[in-house]
Amino acid sequence: MSAAVKARSREEYKAQEERLRAVWANPAGWRYWTSVNNYQIGLWYGSAAFAFMLFAGVLALLMRLQLAVPDNDFLSADVFNQAFTLHGTVMMFLFAVPIFEAVAIFLLPPMLGAREMPFPRLGAFSFWSFLLGGIFVCGSIFFNAAPSAGWFMYPPLATDKEFSGIGADIWLLGLSFIEVASIAAAVELIVGIMKCRAPGMRINLMPLFAWYLLIVAGMILFAFPPLIAGDLLFEMERMFDWPFFDAARGGDPLLWQHLFWIFGHPEVYIIFLPAIALMAMIVPTFSQRPIVGYSWIVLAAVGTGFLSFGLWVHHMFATGLPQISLAFFSAASEAVAIPTGVQIFVFIATMLAGRVIFSTPMLFGTGGLAIFVIGGLTGVMVALAPFDWQAHDTYFVVAHLHYVLIGGMLFPVVAGLYYYYPLIDAKKLSDRLGRLAFWLMFCGFNIAFFPMHLSGLRSMPRRVFTYPAGIGLDWLNLISTAGAFIFAAGVLVVIFDVLRPKHREPRGEFNPWKAGTLEWISEPEENWGVRSIPIVRSRYPLWDQKDLARKVNGGRYYLPDAEEGWREGLVTSVLDAEPIQVLRVGGTSHVTIVSALSLGAAFIALTFHWWIATALAAITCFCAVIYWLWTGTGEIPEKPEKDVGLGLSLPLYASGPDSVGWWAMFITMVGDGTAFAGLVFGYFFYWTIHIDFTAGIAGPDAAWSLAAAILFAAAWGLMVAARMFNRRGATAAMRGLLVLSLLTTVAASAAGLAAPWSPGMDPTRHVYPAIVWILVIWVLAHAALGTVMQAYCLARSLAGRLAPKHDMDLSNVVLYWHFLLITAAITFATIGLFPAAM
Amino acid sequence: MRLIPREIETLWTLFTAPVVWVAHFLVCYIGAAIYCAKPELVGLSFSAVRAGIAAATVIALSLIALSAWLAWRQWGFGTDDPPHDDPTRRDRTLFQGFATLLLSGLSFIAVIFTAMPALFLTECIR
Repeated sequence: MSAAVKARSREEYKAQEERLRAVWANPAGWRYWTSVNNYQIGLWYGSAAFAFMLFAGVLALLMRLQLAVPDNDFLSADVFNQAFTLHGTVMMFLFAVPIFEAVAIFLLPPMLGAREMPFPRLGAFSFWSFLLGGIFVCGSIFFNAAPSAGWFMYPPLATDKEFSGIGADIWLLGLSFIEVASIAAAVELIVGIMKCRAPGMRINLMPLFAWYLLIVAGMILFAFPPLIAGDLLFEMERMFDWPFFDAARGGDPLLWQHLFWIFGHPEVYIIFLPAIALMAMIVPTFSQRPIVGYSWIVLAAVGTGFLSFGLWVHHMFATGLPQISLAFFSAASEAVAIPTGVQIFVFIATMLAGRVIFSTPMLFGTGGLAIFVIGGLTGVMVALAPFDWQAHDTYFVVAHLHYVLIGGMLFPVVAGLYYYYPLIDAKKLSDRLGRLAFWLMFCGFNIAFFPMHLSGLRSMPRRVFTYPAGIGLDWLNLISTAGAFIFAAGVLVVIFDVLRPKHREPRGEFNPWKAGTLEWISEPEENWGVRSIPIVRSRYPLWDQKDLARKVNGGRYYLPDAEEGWREGLVTSVLDAEPIQVLRVGGTSHVTIVSALSLGAAFIALTFHWWIATALAAITCFCAVIYWLWTGTGEIPEKPEKDVGLGLSLPLYASGPDSVGWWAMFITMVGDGTAFAGLVFGYFFYWTIHIDFTAGIAGPDAAWSLAAAILFAAAWGLMVAARMFNRRGATAAMRGLLVLSLLTTVAASAAGLAAPWSPGMDPTRHVYPAIVWILVIWVLAHAALGTVMQAYCLARSLAGRLAPKHDMDLSNVVLYWHFLLITAAITFATIGLFPAAM
Repeated sequence: MRLIPREIETLWTLFTAPVVWVAHFLVCYIGAAIYCAKPELVGLSFSAVRAGIAAATVIALSLIALSAWLAWRQWGFGTDDPPHDDPTRRDRTLFQGFATLLLSGLSFIAVIFTAMPALFLTECIR
């Protein structure tokens, strides 16, 4: 090669790098906060979750001070109630779950060799929703208005407005809002892991972290929606006096317990699995060898994911359910110990087979697992119904759950923080401070929580704000309080280590732990994730693929350039990760903040029954979302294909099951369907508990129900026809069918409304009309959204943004209609036919 | 029509056995819960419930055994040993087969766990 050619190619390389850097750059000044890049979002998300954790930790210390000595009056009973409710709520909803969304958003793209998550703006939306909802819920305690009925909000205490005040509404609405954020994150994670891996990263080569996160995201999809359904029923009772949990009018408080724990138990594993996922990355690095038993970890992750849904009733052993029901759940609770144990043994085997470096992350990881094993063993104890009847609602349970959550989650998270900190700042945290923090936390934790087993067995109930002297609890509580402060000192050391200025330290080395996985290629100084998207041929590419880092950073692989000025990544096939499409993702934008904040405002205004403000905020949010969709999605590219390098040319547009948007809609609607299933479960639940669950009230009109079902089916048929005509190029016919389908939907909704309306069903009178109405309202709300989608497609077609070959919008809307048809059919068959059949 | 399905390439087969466990668990739980809440509805005795659980268990275990056999076939009847970490379609398939086989084993045990209460309980005690 002549010198001139060499110089030109070096120049060309520089120009490529500059273009790529410019496309992925963050805006400066205050506009920095409009970033949607996974690095910033992940960092903000994680920092916010940590801040909430510290807040909830302070609440815990206040509680421990109150309980240090008998008959103490440091906190009043009411403040104590608010403190423990908020402590549990914040730790679970604002720390334990979101911290993993944060870690996943931060780590997954570089780990999978991708540039970005598939829906970066959705990630940003999720973060801003979470932040606002979190501040709202936490802030309530400063106005003496925090929820005070315990983090699982049992009715009838929590439905009684006199006893629970506005705090319960803050809990319900604030958390519903955050649950929406979690589901948004789950959509992002599933599509990201399934479709956006680097070429060649077949599913047998995927990092175990990704396997775990895939399962966890799937679990979120089935666990959170029942709680959203429960929140809806709960808020309808508090706001409009619909008697879902009021036994006097046919309701049942137990339904809430079912819906809450169908969410609540899988949630424990939603929290635990990602922490173990971090361990599955850390242990091989410090054992200096690949993990032993990769497939066994996949078994454990998938197995735990499923079995954890068969455990919820073990929180309800003391509610008087038939013993056979208790026994089923007891059996499943014992069975889940098998996959949980498998993971621990895989880690031990990996350490035995390798040469272990006992670094700070390993110290936190193994120490945490030791604590977790103790919690697991007491878990096996309380999974036995007869033992649980003794220990239920005592400090024994408090000890058990903290051993599980702090050992299984907090310690591994700190391990992950020490391990991955160089990816944030290119420097390591201090080893000395880390070890000090570990021993303070480890000792403090055991001093604080081990005595609680004993105070529980000595029958100290959980959640009491004080206790009398001389009944054998004095010393145990004092020791617990001392331990809590030692533990807190350890946490403070970690925070100091993270926050202390490090600008005088030299930049750390590249891949400081000599890890084998792809995320260690990325440079904290750059925003683009990877300089070029590599071809992966190993589970530990940095160990096995020599020169990989140099070639990636030298732009020798796919998409080293951004000549059209777009943020681009690759979409690959699910099983073998063959490249199939170039995905253009959204960049920096205000629209995510505006839509998240306006949605948050709507929820907050609803809490205080400010109806006009609610409506205004909701309309703002609606407009923002429409603007977001219109300007940022389904863009028709300027050319059909693009050269991605290495002689490969890929399409720029995909629709239907080939597109990531279709999958996002599918996953969202699965979650939506689960929430609907929660409501249907409620309907049949009321049927089982009453001899005549209609209480002699006339049910919905069968003819109107039937008419609604038929009209919804017709509207669905018209939508399917519209998609077909569009693909054949018959644009005018498609538009006509869209309008016809929209009108049919309106007629179907009117018929659906008439079904419970015509016999004059009053939802406040008894639970039967209330549950019928809620099902009908669910369908009507979805139908209303469906008509918006139809109008949107029509507008897109008229604006030339929806074409015969570019029908992503229409194809996603038809998918929505498949789900709507199922929802409507089940609803109208249930409410119209079931009472007659009984 | 063939009795044993062809080998198919999809991620979903991984979840076959756990899904059977879910179905079995729901049948047992919902069946017993409805019986205990409304024993007059079908007019059967508790032994009928236990027989139903036994039947559901036999069906579930057979389905899981079938899934295990299919997984074993996908794993090449055990001719290769793990870790199956070569960047080839063949190793990817073997990995899927092996992981599915392991999950079938876990689900088999979990179904037996779920069914065991029906061996000991003879009425709807509350």
